[in-house]
Amino acid sequence: MIVGTQKPLDEIWDMVKDFKDTLVLGCNTCVAVCHAGGDKEAETISSLLKIRAQMENRDLTVSHSAIMRQCEPEYFEPVMQELRQHDLVLSTACGVGVNYLSARIGNIPVYPAVNTSFYGGVQEAGLFVELCAGCGNCIINLTGGICPIARCAKTLMNGPCGGTNKGKCEISDEVDCAWFLIVERMKQLGTLEKLSEIQPPRNWSTARDGGPRKISIEHLRQYEKQEQEKSELPGGNA
Amino acid sequence: MNAASNLQQVIMSGQPAVTAELGPPMSADGTEIIHKAHLLKGFCDAANITDCQTAVVRISSIAGAVLALREGLEPVMQMTCRDRNRIAIQADLLGAHALGLRNCLCIAGDHQKFSAAGRLKGHPGAKNVYDVDTCQLVGILKKMRDEGTQQGGDKLEVAPKFFIGASWTPGGEPLDFRVVNLQKKVAAGADFIQTQGIFDVEIFKAQMKEITKLGLHERTAILGGVIVPRSAMMLKYMDSSVAGVSVPPALIERMIKAREAAGDDKKKAKEFQEEEGIRIAVELIHQVLEIPGIKGVHIQAIEWESAMAKIVQMAGLYPRPVFT
Repeated sequence: MIVGTQKPLDEIWDMVKDFKDTLVLGCNTCVAVCHAGGDKEAETISSLLKIRAQMENRDLTVSHSAIMRQCEPEYFEPVMQELRQHDLVLSTACGVGVNYLSARIGNIPVYPAVNTSFYGGVQEAGLFVELCAGCGNCIINLTGGICPIARCAKTLMNGPCGGTNKGKCEISDEVDCAWFLIVERMKQLGTLEKLSEIQPPRNWSTARDGGPRKISIEHLRQYEKQEQEKSELPGGNA
Repeated sequence: MNAASNLQQVIMSGQPAVTAELGPPMSADGTEIIHKAHLLKGFCDAANITDCQTAVVRISSIAGAVLALREGLEPVMQMTCRDRNRIAIQADLLGAHALGLRNCLCIAGDHQKFSAAGRLKGHPGAKNVYDVDTCQLVGILKKMRDEGTQQGGDKLEVAPKFFIGASWTPGGEPLDFRVVNLQKKVAAGADFIQTQGIFDVEIFKAQMKEITKLGLHERTAILGGVIVPRSAMMLKYMDSSVAGVSVPPALIERMIKAREAAGDDKKKAKEFQEEEGIRIAVELIHQVLEIPGIKGVHIQAIEWESAMAKIVQMAGLYPRPVFT
């Protein structure tokens, strides 16, 4: 899932203080799981902003709401009219949600209340770790299911480097060395000899380096188009 | 201009090779490099010009290497994967060769976080590159040299003929995998290897035994790394904090004794420790050179280039061979 953290309140306050009527809009999928931007967090931010407005003698209206996902059109349909009643939508979704809503809402700004951090998993309650970099060309079958792109500070494909110290990365003794984990995991799987093969330079064009990415599922798009055309025919469902 | 690398010639001759290290300054003035080059000239076969070590901005390795070369000191330019993508790397390699450089050490490079680890502000917020890793970088140099081809496949009019080096941390973790690590660098095309500083000779010996079993010592020239200790504090720090380095307690004890022998005299304490450090370095050089499969030593007198002459002479490695 996408993991994010709430921005500091001071930073959020600077964004919203000049708007008369702000709606804090939560997103109840990924960012709710990581306690950064679900309906509860949207409510909390809204309350904190109201208190701050009182403290600073500003006459602001702040309210809150939430939808299931801010990255798909169907979830916006019931609320879009309501959103447009405000001067500012402060979205607690990930960056995808903020971009998505901003492109559709019209003449109202949409600002982010969350720093989108990474694709990660829940290691334990309250602890989230980065496990994937979304590079568009997964090779973790070669590395014992451990991603060196996301988890090695140097994205090494033929690690480890000389910086492994007691199983930790040179950047911090709180960060595991991904290549230490890879070697140990490959030993456990009995496939260590696979690591003797040199992995050649990567083609990074499938990652962000190739420019903004798009995935098109042609048969699905075709089907949707046909359905749309059918419904527009006389006697259709339109 | 097209002469082969002196380092390569020494290694080919079968005599133990000596490389040194020269750290460029945080300055736009190259005088310090010229000064250091004169301290090292004649006491090593080539000197590594570090490439922004610990991710601190300094005169670039290539520029520093050219300055050293002009003074008659053969440089080993260093190329980290941290700061350049494959386009910049290959462009710099072509330029470096055109400027007369013949040795290149391929390294991953310290993470940019290191730049702010000490008293400096550094650039911990810099973006790192790591488009390719060390193994892949070695492969790129080899492909350019032996096939006259860029990594992407385009032909080069004139190929850069580098003597290709890589580093190795024999005492790093996981210990058993470090042998594979070296094997991959050799398979990729490393002509010579400079190891991380060795204090624990027993660990290094055991690793070299595995290396010789695989015959890797015949496919690459392994130069054992010797860091010249300057104080007990430095040894303790290296033991506790430098990845892949462990210092036997007996060595630390020797340095503490040297310091204590000076009593309260701080100047003498420094002097005694430096003398003991040089003795330790010379002993390590001898021990390393005795290990089967070793082709030389890489002596790192970090920010202490003036100690090299004495060390090399005491180690019986002076004068250095000359090829015409």
